[in-house]
Amino acid sequence: MEHYTMNLTLKVWRQKNTDAQGKFETYPVSGISSEMSFLEMFDVLNERLINEGKEPIAFDHDCREGICGACSMHINGRAHGPWAGTTTCQLHMRAFKDGDTVTVEPWRAGSFPVVKDLTVDRGAFDRIIEAGGYVSVNTGNAQDANNILVPKDKADAAFAAAACIGCGACVAACKNSSAMLFVSAKVSQLALLPQGQPEKKTRALNMIAQMDKEGFGSCTNTGACEAECPKEISLTNIARLNREYIAAGLSYEK
Amino acid sequence: MLNSKIPAGSLDKKWEDYKGHCKLVNPANKRNMEVIIVGTGLAGASAAAALGELGYKVKAFCFQDSPRRAHSIAAQGGINAAKNYQNDGDSVFRLFYDTVKGGDYRAREANVHRLAEVSGNIIDQCVAQGVPFAREYGGLLSNRSFGGTQVQRTFYAAGQTGQQLLLGAYSALERQVALGNVTMYNRHEMLDIVVIDGKARGIIARNLITGKLERHFGHAVLLASGGYGNVFYLSTNAMGSNVTAAWKATRKGAFFGNPCFTQIHPTCIPVSGDHQSKLTLMSESLRNDGRIWVPKKQNDTRKPSDIPEDERDYYLERRYPAFGNLVPRDVASRAAKERCDAGYGVGSSKQAVYLDFAYNTERYGRIEANKRQLSNPTPEEIRKLGKEVVAEKYGNLFDMYAKITGENPYEVPMRIYPAVHYTMGGLWVDYELMTTVTGLYALGEANFSDHGANRLGASALMQGLADGYFVIPYTLGNYLADDIKTKAISLDHPAFVEAEKNVQSTIDKLMGIKGTKSVDHFHKKLGKIMWDKCGMARNEQGLKEAIVEIQALRKEFWSDVRIPGDANEFNPELEKAGRVADFLELGELMCLDALNRRESCGGHFREESQTPDGEAQRDDENFSYVAAWEYKGESQFELHKEALEFVECKPTQRSYK
Repeated sequence: MEHYTMNLTLKVWRQKNTDAQGKFETYPVSGISSEMSFLEMFDVLNERLINEGKEPIAFDHDCREGICGACSMHINGRAHGPWAGTTTCQLHMRAFKDGDTVTVEPWRAGSFPVVKDLTVDRGAFDRIIEAGGYVSVNTGNAQDANNILVPKDKADAAFAAAACIGCGACVAACKNSSAMLFVSAKVSQLALLPQGQPEKKTRALNMIAQMDKEGFGSCTNTGACEAECPKEISLTNIARLNREYIAAGLSYEK
Repeated sequence: MLNSKIPAGSLDKKWEDYKGHCKLVNPANKRNMEVIIVGTGLAGASAAAALGELGYKVKAFCFQDSPRRAHSIAAQGGINAAKNYQNDGDSVFRLFYDTVKGGDYRAREANVHRLAEVSGNIIDQCVAQGVPFAREYGGLLSNRSFGGTQVQRTFYAAGQTGQQLLLGAYSALERQVALGNVTMYNRHEMLDIVVIDGKARGIIARNLITGKLERHFGHAVLLASGGYGNVFYLSTNAMGSNVTAAWKATRKGAFFGNPCFTQIHPTCIPVSGDHQSKLTLMSESLRNDGRIWVPKKQNDTRKPSDIPEDERDYYLERRYPAFGNLVPRDVASRAAKERCDAGYGVGSSKQAVYLDFAYNTERYGRIEANKRQLSNPTPEEIRKLGKEVVAEKYGNLFDMYAKITGENPYEVPMRIYPAVHYTMGGLWVDYELMTTVTGLYALGEANFSDHGANRLGASALMQGLADGYFVIPYTLGNYLADDIKTKAISLDHPAFVEAEKNVQSTIDKLMGIKGTKSVDHFHKKLGKIMWDKCGMARNEQGLKEAIVEIQALRKEFWSDVRIPGDANEFNPELEKAGRVADFLELGELMCLDALNRRESCGGHFREESQTPDGEAQRDDENFSYVAAWEYKGESQFELHKEALEFVECKPTQRSYK
């Protein structure tokens, strides 16, 4: 792989706190190596801002290996930037070339209020899981693990859905700010497994109810969520959620 | 005198007897008892869920925006359990034995045996929660091999086992939040322990959004705040992983056990430049199917594909025929360093070795071709089928490697090098996981107890969940049973006021320095000292120099660090500054501990103590103890020793040959 260095113009959303008015600031950055990650490029910029006596840009990040789901930048109009199946922290600077202008914004969704700069509050996702994203099994109740047989194709499909990292890119990518891909991933994982069967109806109904309560929009099947999901969670999960939801609604007895 | 409170009786009966005789708290009383848990990784989330289920009033704290993001999420390869599903000779005793031996006889036997005993329950619990482990075609659970063992006892979910286990524990935690048994405090950082009449009774936490300090009462305080690998700046830990909670506890009287025992993981993506902010692990499970080699010729600049088979040195297979590529991490890391130091390293930095999948890709391809009854498959067909198998097992890891390096590991061997990964040391705890401060507990990586001087792969997840789901619910009850008459203590108690005042003055001091250098500047400098002088190899002179250098750096930090912004707002630089300030104290203690331990064991390699063929040379006569350090003021630590007794696992020179 050929290495190169580049100069870029960054346009970054700055917002002091949730209530303040935000605006774009322009920062030229130079000598960026193509081997850096996108966040390391931000580290370089922040180090410079600190040395200049200015406030660094606040952004969420933690594991920097694409699994914790903390990082959340909207880059040139795309959640997590130009590479498919990639979180911001795994995006590397060889995705850009010398002279590029790069616009960086926080997730834009009413249910994800901006905390500061590029940091948003995704507490709504925790509350949706609280509403039913689990199997009700207290510690110590379990039977031997191999007593539950799970066909391999079902286990694989459940795993593919469970790979969701809860980053919120699906919401940010959706013109309706819908959280359907996130909700469907958890509902699907548990609906595909025998362990999830006893609560499948209440789970689908309660998680959807909480999603609506949080103010997320409806799904109109544009598929932007699937296209931008860093873990490539499939749209078929939304179809499965719809089936689960309708079946639950038709047969649920109070 | 340290009392580890190990129950009497034979090793395999201790835990059973303990559970049968420990004191209990009745359900009505549990509802009045408050428990604080700091950290929501595998240990913290599982403890919060399990204690919430029992009816305790739990308050859980994490610095991340959601408990689901704790760094356990990044664990890749798997979790061990003595299920013997493979009929290959596994048992509780064998898991226990492998762990004590793997830890180079510096772990406490009774704790390790308990860990092995509950390991099977963990898998049962996780499956019941809906954790999607890998399965065979018949619907049964699948296993794979990890280092330091000769059985297949590792359960896994592709290369995302930690994620799936943590999401299981997180779901259980959120269920308790919904039921009102657990209150979750996201984006909160614990900055002090409140001790009243000799007992831990609460914490001071900073709300990271508003900057406001808060007082929280608990009948007991549990620290599940992870390890301190980030003292090295570059490590596989998440950027936010820190020692602050454990260090504040140390300063409040909790002893710190074996701080110099750090694990350098052999298979990480090499450093690419000065800009590097963290290192990425390539799971140990890859050593199942990858073969590690370097060229037989020094400074060989040929492409790996141009180096013929007989000019490659598969040095692990050569040096350790019995375990081959699956030797424990400390052994594999040192062997890689030895080859690179001797001039056989590869890549532009020469600080890397190859991890090559070609051999097993072809083997899998042949198996698949046989299954499909293809006669005379072409080499291309075999490679294609083999790649599909490899992709299913390790796809996410290969993708990660490709994104970071820009190279395709299906086609060219990975380049890897050792990196800081895990810390076996941590807060000293007794058998009940209580620190030397009454009512203050440490769980998971935050304690020192189970892995001795070297942790085996796939055992961290096991320990975190064992402590949280299956140990603390019993041992905490045994303590709280004597505390049922204690009412919630007022947050206006002088101890709370005093603790908050101290935290506030530290913050004011940091903000008031207004120096010229960023926090990262100091963190990088500290990391370099630690890596060069307290890293993969250590010696007396280097450690003595390191202590002086760290003291000087700490002084410079407290006079010249620059923290922009305000303390009363969301201020990530202030958070980092507090954590680096604590690392600057811990780093000194690590060097002191490494200096004191004039033997090599596990991940702690003192150059003065090695066998003629370069293996770690223990000194059981003088160092068969846990070093528990008591904080006595700046740069002042008193050593306490817990003698280690080995009844079932007699120490021998560890051999994987």
